[in-house]
Amino acid sequence: MGYPHKSHPRETPILSKHFGDPEARTLDGWKARGGYKALQQALHMEPTAIQDIVKASGLRGRGGAGFPTGLKWSFMKQGDGKQHYLCCNADESEPGTFKDREIMRWTPHALIEGVAVGAHAIGADTAYIYIRGEFSEPIRVMEQALAEARAAGIIGNNAMGSGKKVDVWVHKGAGAYICGEETALMNSLEGKRGNPRIKPPFPAVSGLFGKPTTINNVETLAAVPHILNNGAEWYKAMCLSSPKSTGSKLFSVCGNVQRPGNYEVVMGFSFKEFLYDLCGGPLPGRKFKALIPGGSSVPTITIEEAEQVKMDYEGFLEFGTMLGSGGVIIFDDAQSMPRQLARLARFYAHESCAQCTQCREGTAWMTKILERIVAGQGTYEDLDTIFELSESMTGKTICVLSDSCGAPVVSGIKKFRGEFEALIKGKRTSTVAVGA
Amino acid sequence: MSHGPSAPAQGHGHAHGHHEPYVPVFTPGSARLKELQDVISRYPEKMAALLPALWMVQQERGWISPEAMTEVAAQLGLTAADVKGVVTFYTMYHQHPVGKHFIQVCTTSPCLCAGADKVVDAFLEHTGCKELGLTSPDGKYTVIEVECLGACGFATPVQINEDYVENVTPEKVPEILSALK
Ligand SMILES: Cc1cc2nc3c(=O)[nH]c(=O)nc-3n(C[C@H](O)[C@H](O)[C@H](O)COP(=O)(O)O)c2cc1C
Ligand code: SF4
Ligand code: FES
Repeated sequence: MGYPHKSHPRETPILSKHFGDPEARTLDGWKARGGYKALQQALHMEPTAIQDIVKASGLRGRGGAGFPTGLKWSFMKQGDGKQHYLCCNADESEPGTFKDREIMRWTPHALIEGVAVGAHAIGADTAYIYIRGEFSEPIRVMEQALAEARAAGIIGNNAMGSGKKVDVWVHKGAGAYICGEETALMNSLEGKRGNPRIKPPFPAVSGLFGKPTTINNVETLAAVPHILNNGAEWYKAMCLSSPKSTGSKLFSVCGNVQRPGNYEVVMGFSFKEFLYDLCGGPLPGRKFKALIPGGSSVPTITIEEAEQVKMDYEGFLEFGTMLGSGGVIIFDDAQSMPRQLARLARFYAHESCAQCTQCREGTAWMTKILERIVAGQGTYEDLDTIFELSESMTGKTICVLSDSCGAPVVSGIKKFRGEFEALIKGKRTSTVAVGA
Repeated sequence: MSHGPSAPAQGHGHAHGHHEPYVPVFTPGSARLKELQDVISRYPEKMAALLPALWMVQQERGWISPEAMTEVAAQLGLTAADVKGVVTFYTMYHQHPVGKHFIQVCTTSPCLCAGADKVVDAFLEHTGCKELGLTSPDGKYTVIEVECLGACGFATPVQINEDYVENVTPEKVPEILSALK
């Protein structure tokens, strides 16, 4: 199995502090590192009091949309007499993103603690951690940690002797990117096809098994115990740029770069320093060309733009892209953007659940056009068709997978039009043979 | 989820041969039945145990046959058509027998720019699988391309049955194959 790289001095390891340390995986090891103190405290707090601390910390969802976590929790009506559920989203299938996997395989108890605190904070006595089926190793590690926590009475009918029930179970997916979308995840958990549901009703009203439900990402929940232990002010103070983006964030880095891997930095960190200092810059003899900084569903930016970005929600928006899941995909000057973007479009075509016509047809058609261009059979009109197609695929479907397909492609064409036109003119792009 | 690069895995039928009579998995008193009942008790509705039940069948039988769908349906109070609808939605359930070593190479963009296409070629060459999705004549291997395995920083990751092998390059392929039992 892969070990993480040594932490860089300029990282702020909070979630990643114990990555690579096998002892942190065990219950004893985790307790020796301060584990389960936050849960002990939380179980004796009013759910709304926990919500208030999380609200004050400024924590926003790390699954992609960046929705304020405390606010999301406050949508769960307390004392309504209904069964509530928490779902932890560990479907992690967004190309470029591999941070939740590291949290689960190295610090399973950190997630269990976060899930248990989150469940209590929304009035749920049962939580399910939905893990993508391919993640057999993280699943094994999580199952083992859950068994240990259950045997020790940390979770179960009388969690940590509090008299409160908090059950946590792993649910294994079976291969489908779309199950990371929150309503598809609930359908999948219920034993159905993973089709997203039409909203409203929103999950906080009618979610899993028709009951009020909250869905949170692995990294979001894993951050919560740290906030309870150190206080909202401590978390809020981790902020180098926009006050609307607080805390530390794990960024997964992949593609053409010296040191791929996960890096944890404070929100607002300089992207330039991140790329050249922490990640080691480009491969020998190469230059960075383009980035998709927030998982493959966000717009493409050039390296010149990237070098000006402050790494937080607002900082990426300023350059027309998004922080998303924090999965940074880097392409260097040896890569053909048309070829890479055609392959990404194919990803979305493959993963569309096919409920909506615009998405089913649009993703397939966009892939076909892009592959035609890469094969040297494209026309200038094809580029306009892609823009129109993307327009018709945006904001019109049940979920945003459809929008996501066009996001990196359209921006990529606008910023690297020359590469597309070179192919259309029948030439090859500068450095690399395409169509392999 | 029918289009895309991951051709449905279709065996030549070599290793698993002709249709042997189906042996049920959840027989009375069996460990698997107990495990299934355990799983069912975690949810307010029986149907939620469908994905777990299908995983159990696939672990026992290697793939999910029509007879298996009928068995699972009966266990959970569903129709075989319900079960089939679910099996066909998810890419990880095999609807045909596959090779003893099921090899999935990620070729989504982040891995593609790190050279995943060459890794695919190397696997096809060294396993004797003629094409993606076909099983090698000796029944040992099936190779397919998959979408992002969530391990993009360890390009190219390859999933062989349950386990990931990370940082695979074409040069490492013969060694990886000879280590498989
Ligand atoms: C197509 C699609 C795939 C998604 N995949 C994931 C995923 O793998 N993991 C995740 O946490 N969120 C994913 N999301 C976002 C979830 O729908 C949801 O917003 C998130 O889990 C909420 O958690 P958070 O508020 O803690 O970020 C996806 C959304 C869409 C539209
Ligand atoms: S937008 Fe695409 S993935 Fe989302 S529900 Fe519609 S068809 Fe399915
Ligand atoms: S793109 Fe290959 S593992 Fe993510």
